[in-house]
Amino acid sequence: MSADLAAGAVPMVRAERVRKSFGQHVALREVSLTVAPGEVTCLIGPSGSGKTTFLRCINHLERISGGRLEVDGELVGYREHRGRIRELRPRDIARKRREIGMVFQRFNLFPHLTALENIIEAPVRVRAERRSAATQRGRALLARVGLADRADAYPAELSGGQQQRVAIARALAMRPKLMLFDEPTSALDPELVGEVLEIMRQLAAEGMTMLVVTHELGFAREAADTVVFMDAGTVVEVGPPATLLTAPAHERTRAFLSKVL
Amino acid sequence: MTAADASPPERGAAVPPLAPAPAPTPGPAAVATAGTGVGVDVDAVPLRHPGRWAAGVVILVLAAMGVHSLVTNPNFQWGTVGDYLFAEPVLRGMWATVYLTVIAMAIGIVGGIGLAILRMSPNPVVAGAAWLYIWFFRGTPLLVQILFWSFIGALYPRLSLGIPFGPSFVSGDANHIVPLFAAAVLGLGLNEAAYMAEIVRAGINGVDAGQTEAASALGMPRALTLRRIVLPQAMRTIIPPTGNETISMLKTTSLVSVISYNELLNATRLIYARNFQTVPLLIVAALWYLALTSVLTAGQHQLERRFARGILPRVGERR
Ligand SMILES: Nc1ncnc2c1ncn2[C@@H]1O[C@H](COP(=O)(O)OP(=O)(O)OP(=O)(O)O)[C@@H](O)[C@H]1O
Ligand SMILES: [Mg+2]
Repeated sequence: MSADLAAGAVPMVRAERVRKSFGQHVALREVSLTVAPGEVTCLIGPSGSGKTTFLRCINHLERISGGRLEVDGELVGYREHRGRIRELRPRDIARKRREIGMVFQRFNLFPHLTALENIIEAPVRVRAERRSAATQRGRALLARVGLADRADAYPAELSGGQQQRVAIARALAMRPKLMLFDEPTSALDPELVGEVLEIMRQLAAEGMTMLVVTHELGFAREAADTVVFMDAGTVVEVGPPATLLTAPAHERTRAFLSKVL
Repeated sequence: MTAADASPPERGAAVPPLAPAPAPTPGPAAVATAGTGVGVDVDAVPLRHPGRWAAGVVILVLAAMGVHSLVTNPNFQWGTVGDYLFAEPVLRGMWATVYLTVIAMAIGIVGGIGLAILRMSPNPVVAGAAWLYIWFFRGTPLLVQILFWSFIGALYPRLSLGIPFGPSFVSGDANHIVPLFAAAVLGLGLNEAAYMAEIVRAGINGVDAGQTEAASALGMPRALTLRRIVLPQAMRTIIPPTGNETISMLKTTSLVSVISYNELLNATRLIYARNFQTVPLLIVAALWYLALTSVLTAGQHQLERRFARGILPRVGERR
């Protein structure tokens, strides 16, 4: 799929020496990374290496401190006007975020809304879709994640795996062109991990561009086109899973993999 | 109010039995299932509680003495209480109290939400102004504030609407613009807003930050997120203290009798000023306050159930 890039397609994500610091603490130092459309990229790395921070920068939940970050050819959170970079208004940032779906480690479903209401909330309120159309599509999405019969259940009435599947459906309801997953299975009981990964595999097979922070190396090996190893706020190594996961070039990658496996 | 337009979910739809899944959030459900485990037949002499019996007897004796004095002391004049309980001026005062409570609380709640939002503004001037308001209205006695509002005419004899420091379009005599009712309602409502602001702020801060992030990630603007996601969840923690504030407000309205606004207490005071039946008329007022606060307490319970939606198990689903 990297062929798309070679053919001159606009990358879905292009990070160029992205820096991010929280006060004195530097979370990202010079992260450069490209994700081609339709590609599945898995981000791995030790705790505190900046994986979450990088994902959050991509949809501007965090403001980058330096460098350049583009999604689908457009700057994130800023616009360029006559050679100067200007900050976007909150309204425009919100509009850009609609094109990027995000799935959280802790699901973050809205507990006062049912599964179906969670899914149709944003399409109805911010994309002004008709309620009937959104509901129909919401039910279809629930069916797709295997939860057609739980449309009226509140999040507290669902298992962790079911909640995460609803969260994926909720993100898909906005018809994103890029999906970000931050350790989507880390908060799940082991027997529930498979059902969520299965949905993600399907999504990948359908050609969704995905950036996945995960500790599930099995998933990375099967589903990823590219695996990125991060450590201490930098990208240490990038490569296809077959190479990076079995014969890493860097000592730090090797050390991390030997600990995880 | 804001949370009222939260679309009602389709209730009554058959919900399949819950899968035996691990409870994802330890909630009140866990508490509900924990019961007393008595039920084993053991042939043993039950523990005696002589202390409980003694306390019970003492209280019963005291209560009997109290009732006896209530019934036999002629100074209570229960006949007079009965005569005035449903008297026309008393009923009018009672409704005025209800009306005052509703409007003052409406101002308090709307103002409180507004102040809480301003208080959390990224603009330090805006946040500072909200802080100043809360500081002032919580830091001075309500009675003083009510008196101030009733004498606003002395402070600013003419009120006008226009461009600041510029020409004015409308202006009038303050005593006409701020009549007694407005003074009463402003005094109570603006003060309440300061207290409600802190309650609302605590409620909003209590909502998990992940909720705002999830809404932001979906592209929901700040105001919509607040209205549709954060406030409805904050309601759960806001409502119990708001219920207490309402009950407290109902009784606090009696303060405006000092500016002769004719609510329940003032209505009874006017009567005993003429016939000198002070004690029975104060009893009339007390009985009405008791009745009204009892109604409010019942209503508060209903509201709390309503906003526990999605957090407590639904009725009929407890096992
Ligand atoms: N809001 C914040 N304020 C201050 N420091 C932060 C903040 N968010 C993250 N950090 C710091 O930035 C660094 C990178 O954090 P990040 O959460 O991106 O790591 P991660 O790779 O996702 O780790 P994990 O695998 O534990 O989720 C950490 O040292 C963290 O303490
Ligand atoms: Mg993380």
